[in-house]
Amino acid sequence: MNILCAQEHQASAKTGVLELANDVDPRTLDLTGITRIDLQFPVFTDGRAYSQAFLLRRRLRFAGELRATGDVLIDQLVQMQRTGFDVAVLAEGTSADAAQRQFARYSDFYQGSAVATLPHFAKVAP
Amino acid sequence: MYQYTEFDKAFVRARAAEHRDQLERWQAGQLSDDQFRPLRLQNGWYVQRYAPMLRVAVPYGEINAAQIKVLAKIARDYDTPDADLLADAQATQDKLPGPAPRLSTNCGHFTTRQNVQFNWIALSKSADVMDLLASVNMHGIQTSGNCIRNTTTDELAGVAVDEVVDPRPYAELIRQWSTLHPEFAHLPRKFKIAITGSSEDRAATAWHDVGLQLRKNTLGEVGFRVLVGGGMGRTPVIGSEIRDFLPWQDIMSYLEAVVRVYNRWGRRDNKYKARIKILVKAEGQRYVDEVEAEFQDILHHDGAPHTLTQSELDRVKADFAPPALSQLACTAEQLAKAEADVNIEAAKTPAFARWMAHNVKPHRNPALRAVSLSFKRPGHAPGDATAEQLDAAAVLVDTYSAGEARVSHTQNLLLPWVRLDQLHALWLEAKALGVAQPNIGLLTDMIACPGGDYCALANARAIPVASAITARYQDLDELHDLGPIDLHISGCINSCGHHHSGHIGILGVDKDGKEWYQVTLGGSDGKALSGPAGAGKVVGPSFSSQEVTDVIEAILDTYQTLREATTNGQQESFIQTLRRVGHDPFKAAANAARHPIQDAEAV
Repeated sequence: MNILCAQEHQASAKTGVLELANDVDPRTLDLTGITRIDLQFPVFTDGRAYSQAFLLRRRLRFAGELRATGDVLIDQLVQMQRTGFDVAVLAEGTSADAAQRQFARYSDFYQGSAVATLPHFAKVAP
Repeated sequence: MYQYTEFDKAFVRARAAEHRDQLERWQAGQLSDDQFRPLRLQNGWYVQRYAPMLRVAVPYGEINAAQIKVLAKIARDYDTPDADLLADAQATQDKLPGPAPRLSTNCGHFTTRQNVQFNWIALSKSADVMDLLASVNMHGIQTSGNCIRNTTTDELAGVAVDEVVDPRPYAELIRQWSTLHPEFAHLPRKFKIAITGSSEDRAATAWHDVGLQLRKNTLGEVGFRVLVGGGMGRTPVIGSEIRDFLPWQDIMSYLEAVVRVYNRWGRRDNKYKARIKILVKAEGQRYVDEVEAEFQDILHHDGAPHTLTQSELDRVKADFAPPALSQLACTAEQLAKAEADVNIEAAKTPAFARWMAHNVKPHRNPALRAVSLSFKRPGHAPGDATAEQLDAAAVLVDTYSAGEARVSHTQNLLLPWVRLDQLHALWLEAKALGVAQPNIGLLTDMIACPGGDYCALANARAIPVASAITARYQDLDELHDLGPIDLHISGCINSCGHHHSGHIGILGVDKDGKEWYQVTLGGSDGKALSGPAGAGKVVGPSFSSQEVTDVIEAILDTYQTLREATTNGQQESFIQTLRRVGHDPFKAAANAARHPIQDAEAV
């Protein structure tokens, strides 16, 4: 997962970008020409964008970038990656120091995700 | 019970390490209080009135002796506040009017959701405690926070005589599916699933966000009746049926649809309207249609990767095979002799007969019984077990129940594999330990939350009310004469004490900084005795803390006056009389038991 700071996010290209509020049903959108979708976490405890990301990545097979913006903290990065985000913009003042070790913590998870769809039991099945 | 694989064990250890990492970042100032709070909550760490509280998950209530021993160690070594903290807390509690038991320390507390709580562990020790728990495959994952909580079930799962399908393998599979689900960690509000596989619903499934009832169709295939949108709290709602028969293979895909639709459309602007029950009520058929459409999309667009396979079900089921007991050889003759021996003992010892009648349940194996240890007794809060009692209970569980027990939603410990010919020996040991009160299902086997003695959310204390009623009904003849009664006490509208579903419910409310109690009658959790699940009705304006015990007594006296014999010659139960004669005489008696003038003089 690519982790950006706020300045890097500001400096990113603006063409082909769709900013999506977290109460929009992504299935109602025309995604022609869209290369990046910025999903919003107004507070990190508002988890609607996880379902949006899942629907975009898995259901609609959106192949562009899914970017997590807003109140993005270290301890949500793994969840974000698993629901289909590939870029996250850390909330202002959040240090990325502790980020990388979170991705190495679990060898696998029980569920399949938006990107690695098989659940653990299906992978280890004899 | 389920045997943790190397993967399962490593997962729990990783979670403990993750908590330590988060704790250290919080201590170093890298995580703010607001950032740390939802993280620690999802590992069971609250901060309560005086100290942190840890809620340990006991998946579907099933626990082994080694785990109980670790809970005992935590109670003994960690559930100990600093002397100053405890003295200050006690001094604050002592300012409240009326008699009350002292705050207790070094205890584990069995909860209505089959978990275990501790009240005094310092947050700085929390990572050490998580490591200790992980050593016996325990944790606090998703015991709090706005996520999918511990799945609860029938305390008699796997041993009940009326069981159609053992719910435990499915509960375990739901545990695995819901554990650290990436999409569902920050739902609008908490989300509780209960599952039963018996004809009698002993798991209060209709009161849960999702209630699952396992059944077989005419072809003998296993599936679920699915209820959605039940819940207590400020707006009590009984779950509605959304599927009458969902094939078992589809349960994860279907739950995914139910929770995804909730995550997207559940209200987040008002925490009292954020539970799924409000969404289901507001949207009605639209919610049902959207779940069905989402489920079809999961099946047909996503390829339904979580469809359960027979081999996975078989793998998990194998762990729930009955334990290899040193079986009492069970020819019909030997069984008859064992039964005769128990009956002789019961005839000699009335106290043992009483215990047999109330604390011992039939078993699908006629050579075995399921036995409840009662953690409802004077001097202790309902569901509290001291470190010593936990240690001793672990020995009983090892000696008499194949090393396995259940935390019941009525806050007791059930031993599911007790040999008929060992009942008397178990009774003697339980009695010596103080957990053989013959009161299971009776008035004093009440449910109560920790209330205002510990909980930061409470509006009033629950434990002093429980204690006063327990003290008043210590006469066993009177208690047994009153028969089965569900008395449920909550210290606030969050309803952790399930007051809505009590035949008699008591709810603590705060008026002008004083503790008041609302009394409801006629609630049901959905078991056979109580009838279809439903919320009790309020008897009138709330009662003062000085009045509430007298009000309960007046209600019970009214029952004793009005009850009749039923057709089978037994006396009516409290709930039967209430249903037959209606609420009015009980309301009148309750309201007549007010004594405001007496209180004014006392002040």
